[in-house]
Amino acid sequence: MKDLATPRTPRAINWNRIQDPKDLEVWNRLTANFWVPEKVPLSNDVQSWATLTEAEQRLTIRVFTGLTLLDTIQAGVGAPSMMADAATPHEEAVLCNIAFMEAVHARSYSSIFSTLCSTAEVDEAFRWSEENPHLQAKARAILETYAPGADPLKRKIASVFLESFLFYSGFYLPMHWSSRAKLTNTADLIRLIIRDEAIHGYYIGLKFQRGLERETEARREELKEFAFSLMFELYGIEAQYAEELYDGIGLAEEVKAFLHYNANKALMNLGYEPLFPPEACEVSPAILAALSPDSENHDFFSGSGSSYVIGTAVATEDEDWDF
Amino acid sequence: MAGLVYYSSASGNTRRFVERLGRAAVRIPVSPADPMPPMPGRYVLICPTYADGEGRGAVPKQVIRWLNDPERRAGLCGVIAAGNRNFGPTYALSGRVIADKCNVPLLYSFELAGTSTDIARVTAGLDQIRDQTCSTPRPMTA
Repeated sequence: MKDLATPRTPRAINWNRIQDPKDLEVWNRLTANFWVPEKVPLSNDVQSWATLTEAEQRLTIRVFTGLTLLDTIQAGVGAPSMMADAATPHEEAVLCNIAFMEAVHARSYSSIFSTLCSTAEVDEAFRWSEENPHLQAKARAILETYAPGADPLKRKIASVFLESFLFYSGFYLPMHWSSRAKLTNTADLIRLIIRDEAIHGYYIGLKFQRGLERETEARREELKEFAFSLMFELYGIEAQYAEELYDGIGLAEEVKAFLHYNANKALMNLGYEPLFPPEACEVSPAILAALSPDSENHDFFSGSGSSYVIGTAVATEDEDWDF
Repeated sequence: MAGLVYYSSASGNTRRFVERLGRAAVRIPVSPADPMPPMPGRYVLICPTYADGEGRGAVPKQVIRWLNDPERRAGLCGVIAAGNRNFGPTYALSGRVIADKCNVPLLYSFELAGTSTDIARVTAGLDQIRDQTCSTPRPMTA
């Protein structure tokens, strides 16, 4: 086959010539935070798993299967589709890292399954995930915006919603178990995933905002309208998904408050104002504590929290401090 | 009345929070090449967190540069930290590090660009702060 005319010179990536300092900063954060599920002692949860009822076990396996589906999409389609849109070669490299870590996340749920569950139970859950209309609907809504030829900025909107909003109907459950001292090692693994997703949502949201700066006022309006209408659509699906999963253990309303809280955070990652009012976002303090253990909410002004008490000084050995 | 100093990087979350407070505020520049603005007398610092999984690098370098100056450190009344709970134990860690290093109270913490509840609480808090934390006379610097 004859060589086709090459329109662009293939270029090697030079990490010593950075156009966007955030690329290097986020690359360094992501690589410093690298982990694999084998490092988490999941087998210590075997006894705790046995204390869950059969229905609670089935719910947990289903929730984790739903999370696996989202990670699979983000690893195989979402992050790779954004690579072609990258504004810098370093952004493309960061997206490679994101794609790989999403594959690690998807893989880690199978580690949980092989440690705690029977093959038959897991197979049943994977069948369920293919047949559940709400799970399938959210997967399809996201995949549509990732399709070839789709608007690069709309892809980033969908991607931030997946990373910062859609996972949370699932993450709620391991945080709930953890707040009751159940499946605590599994919760440690989930917190590593949550930490990664927070950086992914932040970074993709930042790149969205950078892209927005180059758009006309009319396009900005269009994208904002798209973002809010996609959020409404996804929220509608999520609310039904949450009811179907969590009504049985009486947690559906609490999960919805958690969804509102995370929807607002996803919108903030895109630079938009929150959608849900504070009273709709009152997440149980036990869940907040499970999310960020050892870090109390400080409110010196109102006298709640541990106010004046200062945590032990970790991380002050930064060589840049002069005192 | 305490002034406000803040740092906000490209994502602009802290900047949006400060804008919604609707008070005069001095921004620490993102680029180390830019000169530091003058200190607005006694002030409260609002600072985001950029820690890795081990808590390293929680306080942005430019904020460390600002605080390395003894005069600017003497004007600091307290710190308000931003972060994201999804980072677990390092949530709003920069506030704890600064409070510890500079011996000032950690006044408040909020997530990302904050909620309307955060704005209301911080506004009320800043209104009352002049009677409390900043009332201790500090030695005048030459």
